[in-house]
Amino acid sequence: MKSFKSFFVAAALVAGAASYTPALAAGGDTPKPERLSWSFAGPLGAFDRGQLQRGFKVYREVCASCHSINRVAFRNLAEPGGPQFSESQIKALAAEYKIKDVDDKGEIIERDGRPADRFPKLFPNTDAAAAVHGVAPPDLSVMAKARSYSRGFPLFVLDALPGMAYQEHGVDYLAALLTGYTNPDDLNWNKYFPGNSIKMAKPISDGQVEYTDGTPATEAQYAKDVAAFLMWTAEPKLEERKRTGFNVMVFLFIFAGLLYFTKKRVWANAH
Amino acid sequence: MSGPSTYVPKSAIGRWFESRLPIIGLVHGSFVAYPTPRNLNYMWTFGAILSFMLVSQIVTGIVLAMHYTPHTDYAFSSVERIMRDVNWGWFIRYAHANGASMFFIAVYMHMFRGLYYGSYKAPREVLWILGVIIFLLMMATAFMGYVLPWGQMSFWGATVITNLFSAIPLVGEAITTWLWGGYSVDNPTLNRFFSLHYLLPFMLVGIVVLHVWALHVVGQNNPVGVEVKNVQRDTLPFTPYATLKDSVALVLFLIFFSWFIFFMPNYLGHADNYIEANPLVTPAHIVPEWYFLPFYAILRAVPSKLGGVIAMFGAIAVLAFLPWLDTSRVRSAAYRPVYRVFFWVFVAVCIGLGYLGAMPAEGGYVIASRILTLYYFAFFLLIMPLLGMFETPRAVPATIADAVLAKKGPVMNPAE
Amino acid sequence: MLYITTGAFAAVGAGAVAWPFISQMNPDASTVALASTEVDISAIPEGGILTVKWRGKPVFIRHRTKKEIDEAVATPLNQLPDPQADKARVKKPEWLVVVGVCTHLGCVPLGAPGSRGDFDGWFCPCHGSHYDTSGRIRRGPAPTNLPVPEYDFVSDTKLRIG
Repeated sequence: MKSFKSFFVAAALVAGAASYTPALAAGGDTPKPERLSWSFAGPLGAFDRGQLQRGFKVYREVCASCHSINRVAFRNLAEPGGPQFSESQIKALAAEYKIKDVDDKGEIIERDGRPADRFPKLFPNTDAAAAVHGVAPPDLSVMAKARSYSRGFPLFVLDALPGMAYQEHGVDYLAALLTGYTNPDDLNWNKYFPGNSIKMAKPISDGQVEYTDGTPATEAQYAKDVAAFLMWTAEPKLEERKRTGFNVMVFLFIFAGLLYFTKKRVWANAH
Repeated sequence: MSGPSTYVPKSAIGRWFESRLPIIGLVHGSFVAYPTPRNLNYMWTFGAILSFMLVSQIVTGIVLAMHYTPHTDYAFSSVERIMRDVNWGWFIRYAHANGASMFFIAVYMHMFRGLYYGSYKAPREVLWILGVIIFLLMMATAFMGYVLPWGQMSFWGATVITNLFSAIPLVGEAITTWLWGGYSVDNPTLNRFFSLHYLLPFMLVGIVVLHVWALHVVGQNNPVGVEVKNVQRDTLPFTPYATLKDSVALVLFLIFFSWFIFFMPNYLGHADNYIEANPLVTPAHIVPEWYFLPFYAILRAVPSKLGGVIAMFGAIAVLAFLPWLDTSRVRSAAYRPVYRVFFWVFVAVCIGLGYLGAMPAEGGYVIASRILTLYYFAFFLLIMPLLGMFETPRAVPATIADAVLAKKGPVMNPAE
Repeated sequence: MLYITTGAFAAVGAGAVAWPFISQMNPDASTVALASTEVDISAIPEGGILTVKWRGKPVFIRHRTKKEIDEAVATPLNQLPDPQADKARVKKPEWLVVVGVCTHLGCVPLGAPGSRGDFDGWFCPCHGSHYDTSGRIRRGPAPTNLPVPEYDFVSDTKLRIG
């Protein structure tokens, strides 16, 4: 029986090995992203509203000129578990965007955005985007889940364990990438990008976006804030999920205990 | 499923109904009064866990199908809408995606248990072969399900696996084109995979019914590996004894499952599958889901296209012949000191193959894959037949009751 | 006691797990968010009816003439199967907003000039229900008046339904 338990663990290890073959092969020439501390990490994690709001500001003033987030609706920005802007802020924000629609005469029109609309696409399709930018800038809605890096054995095993759980590969990579332009002579050289040559030239520098809440307006801080924001766009139900999970776990542990003692009592009559 | 029942309903209405459709008696006979060996350990709870997982996957799957769109233009978006807009959609999808992994963890435990305790040996050959068929159907279902989110891994996984069939001489290309419904993995492929992914689980249910039927005809094996000789002394009724033990195990398993659903939902997945499928760009490493890795490693270990495919399918097919490959007269590895060593090496080899399946196919990894693949087949084709002839098993207790008493000491007489 | 507690936990657990699977069939967040529509009504001539889609159903916005308003107001309540005063059904007398779904079995009543039924409102061709200029049922199998959706005048020319 003991040995079967160790098999159980070992099976989980193999599972992990599979999952951490990197999405972006962080080959020998690229260092592993630094592991940052995030308020939303861990079983009780929750987003930092201020950070999400700053991150959205950075996205809007910097990233949004090339990258869409078209799976996100304006209304999402006011929902619980997100940046939680007010309803009126969202209405005003949505109205700044032009949304393609069809009017009652069947004509294609551009109308002001409403909270129910999603962020518009910047290009009708990837070919059109590639024609302008050389390479189509990807949509960032799920980017924080679409990037990862390999932690290698045995770390990837420990990453699955309660108390040591590590799920933030994607955000760490994004934050690292934004601060990885360390060659002043080549704005397309990035320390963390596989092959080091990235089409996106260094997008952000100190002081570029104004922060009004006293947070230092540095490149590293921008990178962190916008990465956190993208974690939220990728996983808007993260807080709800972790909270539900906590309740489920409490319930299951009590239930397991009750069942165990019930079983014990019943089996006591077995002989 | 264990022959005519002795069940007699208490009420007049019950008797009226039972004489017309004896279904309550059938359930009573199969899941209440059914005698289970009293020495079953917790490894025997995986059958119940697997039944639960099958139902769980079907329920979550039917719900997901209410919101999913099987079209290359909409599949990825519809999954994102499930995650964002559908009430509890994130929970249902994560439960389904991680549920597949849990299903395989449980099935591997179930299979290794059978392998250790000789559950495939006479008279349980048909039961075992039905199990192998269930395993194959599970793999087909899981593979097609993984294609549906239409991410990069979905697309390229489908491309690589369907291309396996092109290894078949003469008709290979035609079969691949037929599978695709085109000249590459595209909308027709996605649509038919969705249809089949919905169909196969119900076929699985059918085979599982046969599996349980066959089990109830021959009775459960047990850790000692001797048959039930005296129902009174050797067995306990399924309810409440086995049901409660299964429930304890199930809830513990649910804790494990919930940890993944709520706290590690993407740990077992692959980041590339959050990138929408792009037929023009192949990801740097194409890796199947973890539960296919050992077989994937065997596929890549053989340096020929057709040979690799044969080895991979052979690795599963060989399981079906196990009842006749094992020549030992003793069932349980508990009394086979030498087999036990080979068994654990085999377990380690399977895990090793799983690890190698996730590594790039180059250098030392390939050599290691070949050595482990050789052991995999040698275990079934050489070690099992020969060991039965040369190994000296330890003394096996005469009855299940003897084994239980030997463990606990002769405390009490069996119930009067 | 132990058995009862364990049983109760099992029941609660089963109930809690069932909820997400029931709840998922309700309208999703994007559907709920779209539950209001803004309509420009400046182009509807007097006597004209604009049909707009709201929650997948037609909504009739009718710019009533003086005569139609008078008819609706003058109708004694005791002549109505579902008595309701006209002023309880409108926010501004010249604008009538009703959900265009017959309360009998869900068909869309006709409202083109000439096919408005015996009471100059709407006529449902499926089973012959006649509605008046206030959208109230007057004759036929329909049990109740055409329902008035929630709406607001955002401005003199803009209407928000829902």
